[in-house]
Amino acid sequence: MTTELLNVEQLRTHFFTEKGTVTAVDDVSFTIHEGEIVGLVGESGCGKSVTSQSIMRLYDEYMVEYEGKIEFNGDNLLNYPIKKMQKIRGDAISMIFQDPLSSLNPVFTIGKQIAEPLMLHHKKSKKEAYERAVELLALTGIPSPEKRVHEYPHQLSGGMRQRAMIAVTLACEPRLLIADEPTTALDVTIQAQILNLMRDLNNKLQMGIIFITHDLGVVAELCDRVMVMYLGQIVEEADVKTLFEKPLHPYTRGLIKSIPQMTGERKSELSVIKGNVPSLTNKPKGCRFSTRCEFADEKCLEEMPPLKTHSDTKKVRCWHYEEIIAREEGGHVHASST
Amino acid sequence: MIQVRNMKKYYQAKKGLNKLKSGNTYVKAVDGVSFDLRKGETYALVGESGCGKSTTGRTLLRLHDATEGEAIYNGKDLFKLSNKEMNKVRKDMQMVFQDPYSSLNPRKRIGNILEEPLNIHNIGNKSERTDIVMEVMSKVGLQVDHYYRYPHEFSGGQRQRIGLARALVVDPKVIICDEPVSALDVSIQSQVINLLQSLQRDLGLTYLFISHDISVVRHISDRIGVMYLGNLVEEGYTDDVIENPKHPYTKALLSSVPLPDPNVQRERVILQGDIPSPLNPPSGCVFHTRCPFAMDVCKTTVPQSLNLAGNHTVRCHLHDEGITTEEKKVVNA
Amino acid sequence: MSTTSLSNIRKELKKEQRSLLFKRFLSNKLLLTGSFIMLFVVGVALIGPFFLNYTPYQMVVENRLSPPSAEHLLGTDNFGRDLFSRVVYGAQISLGVGLAVAVITSVVGLVIGLLASYYKTLDHILMRICDGLMAIPGILFAIALMAALGPQTQNVIIALSIVFTPHIARVVRSKALSIREETYVEAMRAQGASPLRIIFLHIAPNTISPLVVQATFIFADSIITEAALSFLGAGVPTPDPSWGNILYDGKLVIFNAWWMTVFPGIMIILAVIGLNFVGDGLRDMIDPHTKPRSKKKRVNLFRFNSQKARG
Ligand SMILES: Nc1ncnc2c1ncn2[C@@H]1O[C@H](COP(=O)(O)OP(=O)(O)OP(=O)(O)O)[C@@H](O)[C@H]1O
Ligand SMILES: Nc1ncnc2c1ncn2[C@@H]1O[C@H](COP(=O)(O)OP(=O)(O)OP(=O)(O)O)[C@@H](O)[C@H]1O
Ligand code: SF4
Ligand code: SF4
Ligand SMILES: [Mg+2]
Ligand SMILES: [Mg+2]
Repeated sequence: MTTELLNVEQLRTHFFTEKGTVTAVDDVSFTIHEGEIVGLVGESGCGKSVTSQSIMRLYDEYMVEYEGKIEFNGDNLLNYPIKKMQKIRGDAISMIFQDPLSSLNPVFTIGKQIAEPLMLHHKKSKKEAYERAVELLALTGIPSPEKRVHEYPHQLSGGMRQRAMIAVTLACEPRLLIADEPTTALDVTIQAQILNLMRDLNNKLQMGIIFITHDLGVVAELCDRVMVMYLGQIVEEADVKTLFEKPLHPYTRGLIKSIPQMTGERKSELSVIKGNVPSLTNKPKGCRFSTRCEFADEKCLEEMPPLKTHSDTKKVRCWHYEEIIAREEGGHVHASST
Repeated sequence: MIQVRNMKKYYQAKKGLNKLKSGNTYVKAVDGVSFDLRKGETYALVGESGCGKSTTGRTLLRLHDATEGEAIYNGKDLFKLSNKEMNKVRKDMQMVFQDPYSSLNPRKRIGNILEEPLNIHNIGNKSERTDIVMEVMSKVGLQVDHYYRYPHEFSGGQRQRIGLARALVVDPKVIICDEPVSALDVSIQSQVINLLQSLQRDLGLTYLFISHDISVVRHISDRIGVMYLGNLVEEGYTDDVIENPKHPYTKALLSSVPLPDPNVQRERVILQGDIPSPLNPPSGCVFHTRCPFAMDVCKTTVPQSLNLAGNHTVRCHLHDEGITTEEKKVVNA
Repeated sequence: MSTTSLSNIRKELKKEQRSLLFKRFLSNKLLLTGSFIMLFVVGVALIGPFFLNYTPYQMVVENRLSPPSAEHLLGTDNFGRDLFSRVVYGAQISLGVGLAVAVITSVVGLVIGLLASYYKTLDHILMRICDGLMAIPGILFAIALMAALGPQTQNVIIALSIVFTPHIARVVRSKALSIREETYVEAMRAQGASPLRIIFLHIAPNTISPLVVQATFIFADSIITEAALSFLGAGVPTPDPSWGNILYDGKLVIFNAWWMTVFPGIMIILAVIGLNFVGDGLRDMIDPHTKPRSKKKRVNLFRFNSQKARG
């Protein structure tokens, strides 16, 4: 394997709210290597964004408490003073957000927003920085970049803005890029363009990418490895192929089965995961998925399963996954056969 | 059931500084759309954001007035009905909205929200209304004790059920579903899709299903209309359109859908550029600025709707036999 | 499902709702404190008269400006009238004026605001009038009106209502404008609901919480403004007591009769603070959105931080 870039261990993020402490991320551990694209999927509110923003320590320090370790380049980011953290943000680690309009500053030109961190973090002259800005815009596939550097965000379309945003985040050649649902607000044809771009950039620049999304299709197309989150925890981790071919966790299996497919039977009844995601203030005591899991038993209700290593590339957080798989031996569930 | 012919809806563009420059400019949100809605079927409108799907649905319900065209329902043109007559028709045609959060009045209890359509249409007395509402609530999978709750106490999926119940209380024939599942999570999405399908089976409903999610559309619809920039560019039975798309835009759209199966290697058509503004749509074929097969004719002549085999219609010069192969020489490739 | 069981369920759910509401009331410190203060102030006004030995008009000249004592709990004023009884009856008048103004402005302001939000032409006309009224400082305008109408308690109410209605109308209109764009209003239009039904049944309830808050402020404001008018001699006419004109009388003798300014002053302060607490507390309680939606905030947070990061 290539070099380890980021190593998160037992991360817990607690928010202090008026209703008491809320633990939005609860015991999350994973590793990101150089040059790989890792997907982080899960339903709304499961803690994907909180995980990513915790890595950047973007929350106001007085309303949040982190536990665990976030090792980047061998240093624990959680021990950094805020000043040092700010040096890392936008330089070695950068982030792309879902909404391309609100994450670009409307009062500065695109060029200025790309050049600024370069001048700040890398002490480049203004001229050099702007030249680099044009290069970056060209790299992200924006037509006539020389002209676009002098334009403001509102003059660009949604897809272009997202490209510009990517250019901003790439400016300092980050080693780690966190993309928080960068294509959710875009149309499919534009999303296809952006996904292509991300893949190209990853090939060229060899940075590690954490790609957050709730779209399993996007994960299948883009990522090398996937982590599935449910209610603040990672419930399954696997490389893309095995995840879709042989999902282990009951939640992942339900999720994959419930998406309407582009091939096969239509109009059939879709399989569903019954019930709703419980709220963070009302988490089940044992396994987080036990309120909706068809295999839940006494043990599941009482004890929280650990994230267990199943094989080199696979980890799963479930007491009974082996029995469940064994029960279906012979006719295992294939992603596209439902 | 409903025949829509050449429906157009232009919005007057915001008068800014441009007012001084030109006369009236229009956002051509829907620019001449024709389709039939058949009894008991699900007709899906797909297309990217801003292509005029919602506007089509809203205009049909006369939430704003059509600029041109007609929609025949029961032998009458909806766009020419008086307000009184239209309100009667509204009992038959209901709508479900995309945003489960803003489509329910936060100040009203679920019971009141669901009874309101009955009040408006003067159906039954107070206790009959309550009975109807309770019955519909159980139909869509809500509990009776939800009657006195407020919308904020419900999750997105439950709210969408409430929205659906509101449409169902007046016993409609047609429901216009404007992206009813787009705002929901995957595992909740399938619950609502199943509900929509079983209701259709039980009550014989007709759906106009608006969505940008092609796999959902493929799953639920009988026929599909593909929209691009206010135009219906292709229409046909779902299987035909999905398996055998004829219009270059449909092809690109289909190949852009990310498939949840990492083993499938597909040939992708990745379109260049962005969707042009409906303020100033391209001349000729509206798709020619991004079409990989664009020809000279495309820039000047608007393609007419062509009937292919099997009720498959397409608006593209590539399928026009009146144009010679030489003329079809690719220009943009 | 039989009807009897349904109606039983209905009754029980109603009961449950009521107890929930009560719980929410108890857990709302602001509202609780405000309510207690107001209960006290209103109690003084309503129950106070039963404990009085003097009428507010009864002058005992030889007892002029006597300090608080067992005989006159709060002392006497410059005409030898019992201050306690004047403050109690003053409470009736001051609170009465405030309440009347709050109610009138709420009703009129609500209707004006709602209509303005829905009909464009009407909006232009009504809002220009409101702008005009708001451009003139409230107290000056009230003085001018009082001069024109003559010094009478009803006229104080009329003048203050005219002064404060635009404030309510503005608040209601701006809220209604945003509510109008909500999908549920569109859903009602899709049902064929008439504009008036939409305005008064669907938009109006959503404007109530800002309206109530604004109305309590106006209640408080009119008590102050009435006091100010009376203080300037243009308010509630003597010899009727109001907190304002007791203060006015007290001003002249402030150095030898502190009680004449302190006690009505305390009452005004109590009433105003109490009303403000009640207003804020009510807003918290009525509003069923207990959870703030945090999405927007998080994005802004990033922008703020990234700006900092970039220097
Ligand atoms: N600043 C905060 N204070 C308190 N709770 C928070 C805060 N930010 C997020 N949360 C809570 O943490 C949980 C996880 O939120 P998060 O934003 O990570 O979800 P997500 O997986 O990114 O969902 P989505 O797909 O909707 O973006 C949510 O329940 C949310 O309410
Ligand atoms: N009230 C309005 N006034 C002016 N222009 C409007 C109005 N409503 C919609 N439009 C414009 O009409 C076009 C079509 O909008 P419409 O809402 O029908 O798109 P849509 O296909 O439903 O897109 P989405 O998938 O984003 O919902 C858009 O360009 C939009 O900006
Ligand atoms: S631990 Fe139990 S409840 Fe949790 S996913 Fe596994 S089987 Fe289901
Ligand atoms: S008419 Fe021309 S531009 Fe339009 S889709 Fe067909 S080939 Fe492309
Ligand atoms: Mg998120
Ligand atoms: Mg729409």
